[in-house]
Amino acid sequence: MEYFFELFLGGLTRGSIYALIALGYTMVYGIIELINFAHGEIYMIGAFTALIAASLLTMAGFKGLAVLALAMVIAVIYAGAYGYTVEKIAYQPLRQASRLSPLISAIGMSIFLQNYVLLAQTSDFLPFPSLIPQFGFMKSVEHIFSSSELVIVSVTTVSMILLTCLIKFTRMGKAMRATAQDRKMAMLAGININRVISTTFVIGSSLAAVGGVLIASHIGQINFYIGFTAGIKAFTAAVLGGIGSIPGAVLGALVLGWTESFATGYISSDYEDVFAFLLLVLILIFRPEGLLGKSSTHKV
Amino acid sequence: MKDLKQSFFISVWFMLLTFPIMVIRVNTIEKVVQWRWTNMAAMGIGTFILSYLWRYMLARKEAGAQENGDVLPWHQKLFSERKYFIPFVAAVLTFAALFPLFVSEYRVNIMITAMIYVVLGLGLNIVVGLAGLLDLGYVAFYAVGAYTYALLNYHFHVGFWLALPLGALVGAVFGILLGIPVLRLRGDYLAIVTLGFGEIIRLILENWGAFSFGPSGIANISRPTFFGMMITRSQGILFMYYLMIALGIFTIFVVNRLQDSRLGRSWLALREDEIACQAMGIDRMKTKLAAFALGATWAGMMGVIFAAKTSFINPASFTFLESAIILSIVVLGGMGSILGVTLGAFILILLPEELRAFSQYRMLIFGASMVLMMVFRPQGIISNVRRSYEYHES
Repeated sequence: MEYFFELFLGGLTRGSIYALIALGYTMVYGIIELINFAHGEIYMIGAFTALIAASLLTMAGFKGLAVLALAMVIAVIYAGAYGYTVEKIAYQPLRQASRLSPLISAIGMSIFLQNYVLLAQTSDFLPFPSLIPQFGFMKSVEHIFSSSELVIVSVTTVSMILLTCLIKFTRMGKAMRATAQDRKMAMLAGININRVISTTFVIGSSLAAVGGVLIASHIGQINFYIGFTAGIKAFTAAVLGGIGSIPGAVLGALVLGWTESFATGYISSDYEDVFAFLLLVLILIFRPEGLLGKSSTHKV
Repeated sequence: MKDLKQSFFISVWFMLLTFPIMVIRVNTIEKVVQWRWTNMAAMGIGTFILSYLWRYMLARKEAGAQENGDVLPWHQKLFSERKYFIPFVAAVLTFAALFPLFVSEYRVNIMITAMIYVVLGLGLNIVVGLAGLLDLGYVAFYAVGAYTYALLNYHFHVGFWLALPLGALVGAVFGILLGIPVLRLRGDYLAIVTLGFGEIIRLILENWGAFSFGPSGIANISRPTFFGMMITRSQGILFMYYLMIALGIFTIFVVNRLQDSRLGRSWLALREDEIACQAMGIDRMKTKLAAFALGATWAGMMGVIFAAKTSFINPASFTFLESAIILSIVVLGGMGSILGVTLGAFILILLPEELRAFSQYRMLIFGASMVLMMVFRPQGIISNVRRSYEYHES
């Protein structure tokens, strides 16, 4: 029974990380109908920036949670900036083009960013300091649910709540919803589309960076390639939940996290990624629009 | 003046943006920080100059070079008129035939690789270019073909010539297997599921050690025999080269005929508008399955060739990056255009070999060129002009 709880909570943690990244994918898709392949790379860059910031801060004498908080803020700022830049270079010029062009551009950008970090930094696995302290009150349940897992789940929950408030109650949120619904109409209503799209990218990238810092702290090492796998899984989660839908992304991510956790726990740990993709294929066969997606009728 | 200010700000932005990753290198084991200020300076100057170039190119794109509709593009002229076409083909064939005599074995090997990618590109062209089905997991069929030959060769000593049609057949079967679940999906969902399939195949090959020998792969795969005689490695390379030329010509011929056939035209209809296509009485499902199956056949065949050529395969050769490269060949060359895909394959494979000096930056340049091509020339090198008929006063 304890094993079950361990797997359940582990799945919750995984799902939280996937959710943070999946939100970026789903928001961008909702607004400009583009699979942002470079999003996984932003997550990776967030983790790298945090590592560099954390190392400099530790050497400068800061300690413990201050390092984590500051490194996260710096990583979030930089990831947002990267997201903004990528959008301006690779996606904005292609807004009028067919569906395939931005997709290829996104794949190209993903390859470019991966190799950029590879060349500028290193191909080795860099050790990431464990910035999350072990809490005293968690000691009794450490073997089921570690402190860092608790931090991950709580930070994710807080981020979700903040994001929902942003989307529901602010003007920018309303503008984002309007643009996602009907871009031309939003333009006619006086919404600055470019600004809305840039904001979406920045918010998505920031969330991904938060995820990157947390998971890097949890696992303990980073490498230029982590963006790819995490990106694919998170995108799977977003599609699973119904791409374009924000609650769908969270739901899909949690379902994916739990599936992976239970499958690797009870069946086999080698085929971890296979389970994720198999789940995706099955869901899309039986419910092509995803769990929470709207099944749209297509008109000629 | 405005341009100068804008470029200055862009340059400063990039210098700050890339500051952590490019300037600082942290060695957490030795607790050392390496500051590379020259990188920042290079970044600043580089982006300043590039921003001017970017602005100029974008302005040119906006102004839009008007295509002169009356004058046929040179390649259309080349192919449609007999008097140009036949000498062209003769010249190309002669060059191809005499090529190995003038160059080293290494270059012949590279040319074989390029030809393999030409056929792969043409195969994917059927799926993406003609039928409009975005397949991001094409490498799975390539892997299936390669492993078919490797395993049959290992367990049952099946020779190359028998394995070639078998590889094609297995490829076709997997194409149908992949096609059936995705029949109802459109656009981006299709792309992701095919991507998932590609990864599933690779992961299974990597982890099911008992079946596929896992990450260490399969070695000592037999080379093709020449009428039953075993041949040396050098002769083998020469033999492969001519075989690939023949297969390349065969593929171009088949794809060309397919394009004009009833099936090919249903694919084009499918690509343009799926619902209208169905309304016209074309069986959508059969057409899609045919596209997947036929596209996968070529990949399966090329998998067998790849296994025979390199004599060693492992799952690491069949990653998503390969699919991305093949997709780039199709898109950058010009979707749906045979000449475009061929040229695209040659450029994408031969150019990195020539620029070996920059080999570190190869992937970086590859990624950047994908983005640049899409921004500035999305229709590819050879834009696919629709078939048009002209009436002349007789």
